[in-house]
Amino acid sequence: MLRIAHKLRCGFAKMTVREAINSAMAQEIERDSNVFLIGEEVGQYQGAYKVSKGLYDRFGKSRIWDTPITEAGFTGLSVGAAMYGLKPIVEFMTFNFAMQAIDHVINSSAKLNYMSAGGLKTSIVFRGINGAAAAVAAQHSQCFAAWYSQVPGLIVLSPYDCDDARGLLKAAVRNPNPVVFLENEIMYNEAFEVPENVMDKDYLIPIGKAKVMREGKDVTIVTFSKMVKYSMLAAAELEREGISCEVINLRTLKPLDRNTIIKSLQKTHRVVTVEEGWGQCGIGAEICSIINETNAFFHLDAPVVRVTGVDIPTPYAFNLEELSFPKTHNIVEAVKLVLK
Amino acid sequence: MIFRISRSCFSSISVKLPSFKVHHLELQQLPKTATTTSSELLAYYKSMQLQRRMEIACDNLYKQRLIRGFLHLADGQESIYEGLHAGLTYDDCVITAYRDHCIALLRGDTPHQIIAEMMAKQTGSTKGKGGSMHYYKKATNFYGGHGIVGAQIPLGTGLAFAQKYLKKPNVTLIMFGDGAANQGQLYEAANMAQLWHLPAIYFIENNLFGMGTSIDRASANTKFYTRGDVIPGIQIDGNNVFQVRETLKFAKKHCLEKGPIFIEAMTYRYHGHSMSDPGVTYRTREEVQQQRKTRDCINYVKNIILENKVADEHQLEEIDNSTQNEIDIAVEQAKVDPVPPSTELTTDVYVDNENHFIRGILYKDSVLPKSQ
Repeated sequence: MLRIAHKLRCGFAKMTVREAINSAMAQEIERDSNVFLIGEEVGQYQGAYKVSKGLYDRFGKSRIWDTPITEAGFTGLSVGAAMYGLKPIVEFMTFNFAMQAIDHVINSSAKLNYMSAGGLKTSIVFRGINGAAAAVAAQHSQCFAAWYSQVPGLIVLSPYDCDDARGLLKAAVRNPNPVVFLENEIMYNEAFEVPENVMDKDYLIPIGKAKVMREGKDVTIVTFSKMVKYSMLAAAELEREGISCEVINLRTLKPLDRNTIIKSLQKTHRVVTVEEGWGQCGIGAEICSIINETNAFFHLDAPVVRVTGVDIPTPYAFNLEELSFPKTHNIVEAVKLVLK
Repeated sequence: MIFRISRSCFSSISVKLPSFKVHHLELQQLPKTATTTSSELLAYYKSMQLQRRMEIACDNLYKQRLIRGFLHLADGQESIYEGLHAGLTYDDCVITAYRDHCIALLRGDTPHQIIAEMMAKQTGSTKGKGGSMHYYKKATNFYGGHGIVGAQIPLGTGLAFAQKYLKKPNVTLIMFGDGAANQGQLYEAANMAQLWHLPAIYFIENNLFGMGTSIDRASANTKFYTRGDVIPGIQIDGNNVFQVRETLKFAKKHCLEKGPIFIEAMTYRYHGHSMSDPGVTYRTREEVQQQRKTRDCINYVKNIILENKVADEHQLEEIDNSTQNEIDIAVEQAKVDPVPPSTELTTDVYVDNENHFIRGILYKDSVLPKSQ
């Protein structure tokens, strides 16, 4: 396992998020003969984004399935295979393309256990790139976190770093429910130091539990995926100005860990949410509502401030794209707003 | 209908099959006759009568508003379901859309469970939570019961994929109508089935109308058995239980050796698309009556029984009465069964439901995970 990560010092290795996802898939495919990977270019091409690199050579065509460019077809096929008892990992090259298959994620898979009164289930993972990349424009940049998070019957996960990627993906594969696993293309290249226990073949992260990345006492920042990075940078910058931020990495979007959020705000009394997706009906909107509906509201000293993507289809021009999505300075500004 | 019957000394009866139309297959590969017995004939008759009377009972219950929502009846098409039951086993998978009551019956649900489900009772096949379009039974490999036209096709292809993956000597019957036959996902799925040699039978129930649209107005190519392109296809008379049975036996062998196959079964539904469709705005009453008189699938079996003196009119009438009685008892029982308890509202959302948060109408009414 440590062969693809670079051993740094005793007990630690350095690996990219891409390698983390790759290693998690490899271990789960090795562990359970019913697990297989299916999607476009996942096999002989080594993965459109090289996330599945080496898997075809190691496991062969009976475990790593290259499909034609037919999302509705191969997603439905994978859900059907899961109905029979197999455990597919379905790769969408990006979740933008999954819109062509969304009927199968929602109507064929998410609702099935309920409609069948527990008679049929689908232990399946739908994974792929979510949200903005760089300069790929409007049809290739949407964040689908809010859409999938709304659906009863689905579990929705979104990792930030290698620890998240490994632990959450392995937990997802072993979970009996359908799981939407939202990855981030920019994060694929980010490298992290990973302790040896995270490389263990049975390393799992509990679903539904957020992680406090950084403790603080003045403001709670709630976020997920790539925005964790910017939130941490904002927190470091704010620290230098004497403002102490607690950064919560949600890890799971559905079920949302309301308890960790509430516990934090009982300490800080101020909340900033950060997401890349559009504001309306988004994850931040849900967090505001959760706080509003519980006694947690009375612990607030100020209204929640949301940081979201701009309400536009993503532009191509680099300078405009930079203005479309939250950056560190936006988060710093939001924290100062909530403290005013 | 013309048929030639002969009787052997073992009381087996030979039935001449109608002609087949084939695509990328040789006609001589297909059988010209089928063999049956007295007891088998009576079993088919009784089972098809049970299906017929169950569907008619549902029609009555709907008109009494004891069944609500969508109701898609299959009376007229019983021989297809009887034929699939006879030609395949419970280790072969079946999947269909929403005209699924008769398949649920033949795959192990009782008339009481099926009717109670539609009457939204706790004793229904899916505890009253599914309704007319959502029957399932894992134990007999019946995978539903799907409301979205065409969705069952890639799903069924996935069942076949899993059977091949696990090296099972079994096939999947993927059923859909002439309307669904234009869905893009059929061609996406069939393409993969052919590429990967999956044991998938794409079975088109061609009852000439997709809801209110005739096949001529919906399909540029109405020869549905050829729509699989390089995939072989067969067109049969779906109202002939023997042809359905024998074709499925042939198809199973083909699938396990070579890969997918398309079967188009010509049939007719007496009801409209659903209970909100009278079924006579896009076809004439005379046409429906003519079908009943000349092509009814139960009468076909009845005539063989009478011709071969397997039973007389009186004995058949007794079977009619006993099946009607069975349905009546099921209906009366379902009428007094309780509705699902309100606690069922929030169960089965997840496999491990107790680990999950389910929001109520007001936040305070939400169901918390067990750990909280």
